[in-house]
Amino acid sequence: MTPPRSAARNAGRAPGAREKFSDWANRHRKWLFAAPAMAFVGVLIIFPLAWTLYLSLTDSQGSVRAATEFIGLENYLTVLSDVERFWPAVGRTLTFTGIALVCEVALGMGIALLLWRPFRGEKWVRVAILLPLVATPVAVGMMWRLIFDPNIGFANQLLAAVGIPAQPWLSGQDTALGTTIFMDVWQWTPMVVLILLAGLTSLSEEPDEAARMDGANAFQRFFFITLPLMMPTVIVAILLRGIDALKTFDILYATKGKGGGSFHEVETLNVYAYGLSFDYNQYGLSSAVLILFFMIIIGSMWLLTMRKKAVSK
Amino acid sequence: MKRRSVMKYAAVAAALSMGLTACGGGSGSSDAKESGIVRVTLANHVWTEGIKAAIPEFEKSSGLKVELTQLGEDQLSDQYNVKLNAGSDEIDVMMYRPLQEGRAFAKNGYLADLTSKVSSDSGWDWKDYQEGPVKATTADGKVVGVPIITEREVLYYRKDLLKAAGLEVPKTMEELEAAAKAIKESNPDTAGFVARTGKSAAVTQFSSFLYSFGGDFTDSSGKSTVNSAAAKEAYAYYGGLIKNYGPANVSTDMSWPEAMAIFTQGKAAFYTEADSLYKNATDPAKSKVAETVGFAALPAGPAGSKPYNIPSWGLAVNEASGNQDNGWKFIQWATSKERTLAAQKAGVPGPRASVWADSAGTSTYPKDLAEAIAASAKNGVGHDRPEVVTVGKAREIVGEPIVASITGADASAAADSAHVAFQKFLDSEKK
Repeated sequence: MTPPRSAARNAGRAPGAREKFSDWANRHRKWLFAAPAMAFVGVLIIFPLAWTLYLSLTDSQGSVRAATEFIGLENYLTVLSDVERFWPAVGRTLTFTGIALVCEVALGMGIALLLWRPFRGEKWVRVAILLPLVATPVAVGMMWRLIFDPNIGFANQLLAAVGIPAQPWLSGQDTALGTTIFMDVWQWTPMVVLILLAGLTSLSEEPDEAARMDGANAFQRFFFITLPLMMPTVIVAILLRGIDALKTFDILYATKGKGGGSFHEVETLNVYAYGLSFDYNQYGLSSAVLILFFMIIIGSMWLLTMRKKAVSK
Repeated sequence: MKRRSVMKYAAVAAALSMGLTACGGGSGSSDAKESGIVRVTLANHVWTEGIKAAIPEFEKSSGLKVELTQLGEDQLSDQYNVKLNAGSDEIDVMMYRPLQEGRAFAKNGYLADLTSKVSSDSGWDWKDYQEGPVKATTADGKVVGVPIITEREVLYYRKDLLKAAGLEVPKTMEELEAAAKAIKESNPDTAGFVARTGKSAAVTQFSSFLYSFGGDFTDSSGKSTVNSAAAKEAYAYYGGLIKNYGPANVSTDMSWPEAMAIFTQGKAAFYTEADSLYKNATDPAKSKVAETVGFAALPAGPAGSKPYNIPSWGLAVNEASGNQDNGWKFIQWATSKERTLAAQKAGVPGPRASVWADSAGTSTYPKDLAEAIAASAKNGVGHDRPEVVTVGKAREIVGEPIVASITGADASAAADSAHVAFQKFLDSEKK
């Protein structure tokens, strides 16, 4: 075999700058290839986070460029002692996420089990189920807002047709949060179905068959065989959906606007922070809320990941 | 320069939207330094539709090219918050709300000083502008904007329903309440009265009721007066009208599109709203009651009929823009007498006295509306919301008692607690 031409040309000569660079690049290639991604993470995640952290320690308001004073943890104290807006918003964020997650996982599991075994028209059913997923959340919010309009909305007209009195849906102080949870469930259950279905199809059939031979009924097989085997997948679904549900914004803003309605009835941490920034121009305070929110997200995700590890063992 | 502005954007975007999904649109080229391009940001509005159609005319006569960005009100505000905050030079001319954002923008130094520009062109004629609107676009003695649209609150009503009930057009608040009651009682499916109900959205329309009852948001020394006897009466009256004679299942989130929809669907007899939105009610394509809608001046309260009379939108030049002279050229053209007349004919009440004096300026208006506007302009009040820097927060505070009143809670107690919160807010702004 003839040696490569370049090798022949370079034989007997000290390595030049190009060779040196290529050697260096070869040795550091794992860093080199990762560099664009790292720069991306640095600029778009670490820098904004650090900047928000910095802002949260200042009295920045009005304009981000205005002179600010470093005030330490004062914003955090203000926020943490705010029982009118902050704590109710925390409560709503957790309620929204909790209820939406439970409904989505339960419904998602049910639908995934129905779709698990092949049947006629399967393709069409799958497409139909995935439809809500492809709509923009803002558009979904607008659509449901029209449907739930107390006076001219379709929902109340439908109720009237069967003789049920009109419901306040989104406009009620007590019903608004529930209605937005329903919208979230409507839109995101399909994603949970997708994840769980992928998990189901990758399960081995043998434990199930063995249990069947032993005379276990469908109920027993689901709770003692399928569900435990599916637990890691379920937790992945909860993790993915949980992060998204915690930071839901579009649906809430599109349906109830600034402040989450006249009574702040759907004001979650995200909506609250948005109002603080864009409506009140209180950037320091808003940053403190966002940092606390970030910690809540990280904390709950850490707990879930721990749980997943325990289940996988 | 370019790199620095990218960093500034990243910083501001980070500060404003970490964890949020709100994103601005793409950015255009940013190096048009006194170039042939004027970048104009406008709100979705009837005025914008008219100006948009006329832009080729401006491009031809000036040799400049206009790059237009058009956004909804809230998106427009958010966009300014991000871009102006970052000191962006990507906007040359901006449409803004003098009473909502004017003070904050002027305080932050976002608006270029136009004083010498407005006074240098006698043909364009700054003296022609009404006093109230000029005051609203002036900050610390400097002219920072040119008003383009003025608004007064008027009464929209259904001629057919009034006629059927044998009622006259109400001239006082008492008559309005009695008429709303009579109509609601004889037509169970029709509301007697509808208006905005959202805590923040209702404040501007409630303001006229407040003034007509003899109240205001603050007194002459800048102290809160939202719990004065007059204010309490006004809160109780406005909320009571909606609670007792409003639509069934009334929501507390209505801004003008929702309230207007109820009126134009034929589901309400009376509606108080800004006159500049009248086309929504008289355009058969948008309104089922286009044929039967009538207009009148706001009914008189104990202190008379005192609607607000304000400039709701103005044009300003971005202080950070490197293209200020061309930006001014655009404003000069867009606010000229001819363009103002054209806009006014298309249904946008303008701020120029000469256009109002010209019979052509009011020729396209329903006669009763033109009369209501003329009456309102005479005794109108120059603001429709608290005159503060952080208007958004102030509106939420003074709007609480409106919502309390609509939902049947104790409006007087709500006004007392709003007073405490509002005074605290006013004190914090003085610091």
